[in-house]
Amino acid sequence: MSEMIVVQDLVKNYGDFCAVNHIWFTVAGGKIFGFLGPNGAGKTTTIKMLTTMLEPTSGTLRVNGHDPTHEQRQVRRSFGIVFQDPSLDDELTAYENMDLHGVLYGVPSAERAKRIDMLLEFVGLSDRRKDFVKFYSGGMKRRLEVARALLHKPRILFMDEPTLGLDPQTRNHIWSYIQRLSKEENVTVFFTTHYMEEADRVADDVAVIDHGKIVAQGSPAELKEKTQRATLEDAFIALTGHTIREEEATATDRMRMMGRVWRGQRGRR
Amino acid sequence: MKAIYILCMRQLKRYGRSPARVVGSLGQPLLFLIALGFGFGRMFARAGGGSYMNFLAPGIISMAILFNAVFSGIEIIWDRQFGFLKETLVAPVSRLDIVLGRTLGGAIVALAQGFIVFVICLVFGFRFGNSLLLPMAIVFMFLIALLFTSIGTAIGSILQDMQGFPLIMNFLVMPLFFFSGALFPVRDLPGPLQIALRLNPLTYGVDGLRGALSNQFAFSMATDFIVLSILTAILLAIGSYFFSRIQL
Repeated sequence: MSEMIVVQDLVKNYGDFCAVNHIWFTVAGGKIFGFLGPNGAGKTTTIKMLTTMLEPTSGTLRVNGHDPTHEQRQVRRSFGIVFQDPSLDDELTAYENMDLHGVLYGVPSAERAKRIDMLLEFVGLSDRRKDFVKFYSGGMKRRLEVARALLHKPRILFMDEPTLGLDPQTRNHIWSYIQRLSKEENVTVFFTTHYMEEADRVADDVAVIDHGKIVAQGSPAELKEKTQRATLEDAFIALTGHTIREEEATATDRMRMMGRVWRGQRGRR
Repeated sequence: MKAIYILCMRQLKRYGRSPARVVGSLGQPLLFLIALGFGFGRMFARAGGGSYMNFLAPGIISMAILFNAVFSGIEIIWDRQFGFLKETLVAPVSRLDIVLGRTLGGAIVALAQGFIVFVICLVFGFRFGNSLLLPMAIVFMFLIALLFTSIGTAIGSILQDMQGFPLIMNFLVMPLFFFSGALFPVRDLPGPLQIALRLNPLTYGVDGLRGALSNQFAFSMATDFIVLSILTAILLAIGSYFFSRIQL
C-alpha cells in the first residue's frame, strides 16, 4: 500500500458556503505531509472528513485503502489523531485517559499497560501519571494527547496544529520522535501548522490550501523555488496574500467561553 | 462490551470524585422533604391520608433520581464542549456502545443519589412497609433512572450549548416532577390534570416505587412495571438515535 491517503475531487458545502472546493492530493505511506493554509482555509474541515467526523458533499476519499464514509470502523482503526482543541477528560488522571483510549481501541491489557508506561515516559509525564488532567498545564495536556494518539500503533497520525502553545524544547522532542516513527515504523503523518519553519523542517511534502482550494503542493524546496522566496513563510505569504482572515466563533467556542467563566481559569489552557 | 464497561466506569469515577455534586444535589430533595413533609404532614393525616412522610418519601426519592438522571444525560453537552466527546466518536466502537455505556453509567449515578435520599428519608421518619418488596423498589428506581438518563441523552445530543438548560429545567423537568403524583395522590384530580399525570412516565415510576415501599398503589405493580419498562425501552432507543446523529 503505497498511497495511505487519497483525496480526489473532494467538496464540502455548508449551505451556500463552500469550505472545501474540489481538492486533490495523495500522501504516500511513511511520509510526513504538511497541510498549510490561513485560518478558515478548510484545513480542519478536510481533516474532519478524512477522520470520519464529517461526511463530504462529494468526492472520493481513501484512508489506508478504506472509505471514511462507508468503512468507518476500518478507517478509525488505522489512524490516531491529535485534535486542534483539547479532547481529554479533565476529571480523570493521565493514566486513566490513556487506559480508556486503549480499551476503546481494543489494545490487549498487558500490552496496554506496557505501551502506556513507555509513551508517558517518552512525553515526560511518568511521574505525573496519577494526577488529574485538570491540574495539567496546556503543554502537558498536548504532550499527553500526542502520547494517547500513538497508543494503539496507528498507521496514520493526524495532527491538527499539534505544537500550538508548546515550547521549542517540547516541539523538537515531539517532532524528532515522530520523524523517527515515520522512518522506522513507516507511520504516515498528516499535520497542519501555522509555524512555517516547522513545516519546512519536518515535512516531506506540503500542500497549501486557501479559500477551500489547493493553491500549491510539492516539497518545501519546490515551493520556495516556484515562488522565488528564501523561506517557506515568504513562499506561503506569496501564495496566499497578506489579507488577515476572520473566522466566526462556533457554538462550541462560545460554550468554552462560558465554561471558563463558570469553572474559573483553573484547568484550562 | 468492553467499551460499554469503560465508559460506564468513567461516569461512576467522575461522580465518586465530585463530593460537591453528591452533596449539592441533595439540597433540593432535602428541602422538599422537610418543608412539605413537616409542613403538610398534619393536614394530610387529618384528611385521612395517613402518614404523609410515608406517602411523600417515594416521591422525593423519584425526584432525586429524575433530576440526577436528566443531568447525567445532558452532560454530553459538557463533553462536547471540553472536547472529550470527539475522542470517543472517532474510536473504532459503535455509537450504540458509546451511548449505552454513558447512559448506563448515568443511570447508576442517579440510582446512587436515589439511595442516599432513601436513607435520608429513613432518618426523617419514613418507614417502609414490606422489606420483601425492596428488590422491586430498586427495580423501579433503576427504571426511572434509565428512562430519564435516556431523555437527558436525547436532549444533550440535540442541544449545542447550555443556553437551553433553563428551558429544559422549567418546562420539562419541573413539570414532570410536579405532575407525577410525587407530592399528591393521583386519584380524585380534575379531569385534564388526571390525563396529564397519566401521560407522564414518572407517574408510573412514582406509583411503582410508592407501591413497593409504602404499599399504596394508584394503579398496580404490574401496570407500573410494564408501562415503565416499555417507555424506558422506547426512550433509550430515541436517546441512542439522537446520539448516533451527532456531527462534530
